[in-house]
Amino acid sequence: MLNYIIRRLLYALPILLGVNIITFALFFVVNSPDQMARVHLGDKHVSEEAIDNWKAQRGYDKPLFINHNSDSPLTDTIFFDKSIRLLAFDFGKSDEGRSIGSDIQQRMWPSLAVQLPTFIIGVSINILFALLIVMFRATVFDMAAVTLCVVMLSISGVFYIIGGQYLFAKILSLVPISGYLPGSDGLKFLILPIIIGVIGGIGAGTRLYRTVFLEEATRDYIRTARAKGVSEFHVLLRHLLPNGMIPILTSVVVVIPSLFIGSLLMESFFGIPGLGSYTLDAIQAQDFAIVRSMVFLGSVLYIIGLLLTDISYTFVDPRVRLS
Amino acid sequence: MIKPVLLWSDILIFLLVAALGLFVLQLRNNPQAKKRWASVFHSKVGLSSFIVILFYVSIALLDSLHFREALPPVSLTPDERTLTSDESQQSSQPDTGQSQAVAYDNQIKSVLDVILADIEKNHEKTYSAPFAIYSFSKENMTLADGTVVRDFPRLQYAGSHLNNESERLADIIARSADAMVTGLVIALLLIGGHWLATRNTSSQVPWRAAYWTIALLCIACSWLLELGSVYHIFGTDKVGQDVLVQSIKAVRTGVLIGTLATLLTLPIAIILGISAGYFKGWIDDVVQYIYITLSSIPGILLIAASVLLIDVYIETHAEDFNLTAIRADFKFLALCAILGLTSWTGLCRLLRAETLKISQLDYVQAAHAFGVSHPRVIGKHILPNVTHIILIALVLDFSGFVLAEAVLSYIGVGVDASMSSWGNMINAARSELSRDPVVWWSVSAAFVFMFSLVLAANLFSDQVRNAFDPRLAHTAADAPSSQHTAATQGGQ
Repeated sequence: MLNYIIRRLLYALPILLGVNIITFALFFVVNSPDQMARVHLGDKHVSEEAIDNWKAQRGYDKPLFINHNSDSPLTDTIFFDKSIRLLAFDFGKSDEGRSIGSDIQQRMWPSLAVQLPTFIIGVSINILFALLIVMFRATVFDMAAVTLCVVMLSISGVFYIIGGQYLFAKILSLVPISGYLPGSDGLKFLILPIIIGVIGGIGAGTRLYRTVFLEEATRDYIRTARAKGVSEFHVLLRHLLPNGMIPILTSVVVVIPSLFIGSLLMESFFGIPGLGSYTLDAIQAQDFAIVRSMVFLGSVLYIIGLLLTDISYTFVDPRVRLS
Repeated sequence: MIKPVLLWSDILIFLLVAALGLFVLQLRNNPQAKKRWASVFHSKVGLSSFIVILFYVSIALLDSLHFREALPPVSLTPDERTLTSDESQQSSQPDTGQSQAVAYDNQIKSVLDVILADIEKNHEKTYSAPFAIYSFSKENMTLADGTVVRDFPRLQYAGSHLNNESERLADIIARSADAMVTGLVIALLLIGGHWLATRNTSSQVPWRAAYWTIALLCIACSWLLELGSVYHIFGTDKVGQDVLVQSIKAVRTGVLIGTLATLLTLPIAIILGISAGYFKGWIDDVVQYIYITLSSIPGILLIAASVLLIDVYIETHAEDFNLTAIRADFKFLALCAILGLTSWTGLCRLLRAETLKISQLDYVQAAHAFGVSHPRVIGKHILPNVTHIILIALVLDFSGFVLAEAVLSYIGVGVDASMSSWGNMINAARSELSRDPVVWWSVSAAFVFMFSLVLAANLFSDQVRNAFDPRLAHTAADAPSSQHTAATQGGQ
């Protein structure tokens, strides 16, 4: 097992390197630092001096790949400074001069506070609904529920947020519209984003799990269980659910690490100071250093998610052996 | 005098329509695919949602026929100027007084603009609620006797034929009734001919569902056009533009982003996916490496990063994009390309797995034994057997891209701000919703139009999946789907 994990982590290195090369190409080769500086400084007629100054402050004044004027031609370059250092989780400074690493450490907790409950409640509710639908399969209830799912997943997430905020916070005044406080005082700020996140995910989730369970429901062992006279309730909970969990796990475990990153939309609408709104602010302020770091962090978490998926297989499906 | 203008996105969308036509034509030689498509259209849901999609697509096509109007050789009075251009800030007016050469308006218009001209020209000053005849905000007004009062002024265009508020409801009802009758007559003319021709032949196609859809669409169109010309059905936005016109203009953005981005994913996914599964070895390794790397980058961040860079590119090459429409079009195409380039990995993975499976089958081995060349094996044996995967991905992706556009525009990395899109409307809603009283109509209009397109696309893609996905065949037998019941009740 440990062997397997180590090998998988080693496999991840070339992928992370690839991610770095892609982002590096996007940020430094397609557009030169000069152009970035010009956009950042805002004016079309900026003096060369101002541009050089801007670049020097942020370390963009070095050559891209090979620095002939330096003692260490390969490490004293933009590529090494800005990309390779990311591999050691050294995020450097944002274009505004703040340390990205400590910003991330600070901001991941609010993101997690919203995302983790949303995720857990959402998945359990979706599974519950899917089981219910499967229990009444091939009836009017099934059809109505599936139609409702399609309707719900056709609504853009933005509308759930706008509608929910308007209804619960503005008209009913049950919760504050937006804001965040750490600790238990912040609970009232978290309720609405979590509810909206769960509701917004019901359509797609329930429909997906329903297909999974339906496919499982046609298997022989289910028929055998019914033939033995096992009650429908027991068939669902004891036979269908554990076996249906295997395909569900693939779609679920992979997102767990990404919960840290939070949701861009949710956090910006509710004013939650998490990583999602951090990224969004960076995008809007064109702070490329932060965007680059978040791209890297996102891919690291995704790769961890893939690894966790494989490991979780061994727990739910004893047939799977990792080697 | 008009001068046709072909934007790049126009060219692409018409090429796409031509390609679709070819696809339908070649379907005639393929009885199996024909049967599957028939089962899609034999379901009520499939047929109705297809008609709705067709309706949206035709609006988008009408909006893709662009032209520039010739300006009259004499200089215009300010009044006329507002009539010839629909966006006031655009009405730059070249000096044509001295030279006799025909000058063209800087404003690129489309055929749809001409159809909507009646509604479009009614420019108010600022926000106004749906069907309102008074403005949303108070203004200082000088009365006839010289006193200044602060009150809601009457709107310039909406309901200008009414004397006072009390007549409004009766007028709306009368006009609605009138519009419905007109719509119904048009619908009956459309449907009646077909019904007379086919009433004695039995058909599996649920024509009645189609008739209902067409009739509803006709009535809705006639109602919107008739009432839209005297009221603002969905109100007006901050600068007084009719929200209905904006939402209709946004149809093109939505439909095009869905189709063009999907279209871009296809060639990449098909070529890489099939060659990885077919040739195996190092090609497989490389393709797998590429798609794992790409898919490990959070999609929205990759898109945002790419769009930011396009912005920088446009800003530094400003001289190449002198017309607003051309700049917006370039940015739009770039967005489609980025969406396409970042979302081919899912389909590629599916195609690779399926090709791996198929290339082990006997008939492929037999083809190899006969010395059939690789391109021929792929073209004759592999590709036809993975079409269902491609088709399902195609229809599924469409609605995803339409939804993605809204989110991206909200984040600020979507289409150009000068282009009407549902995302831009939602984006504006942020500040509107915090006003008091709330400006809710803009976001509602965007919701209605977007939701009906995405819902139709999702319902249609469900039917396509039911018909083409072999894995769903047995679950469909277990649970009679709507498609099944429609087939048994079939026809009329």
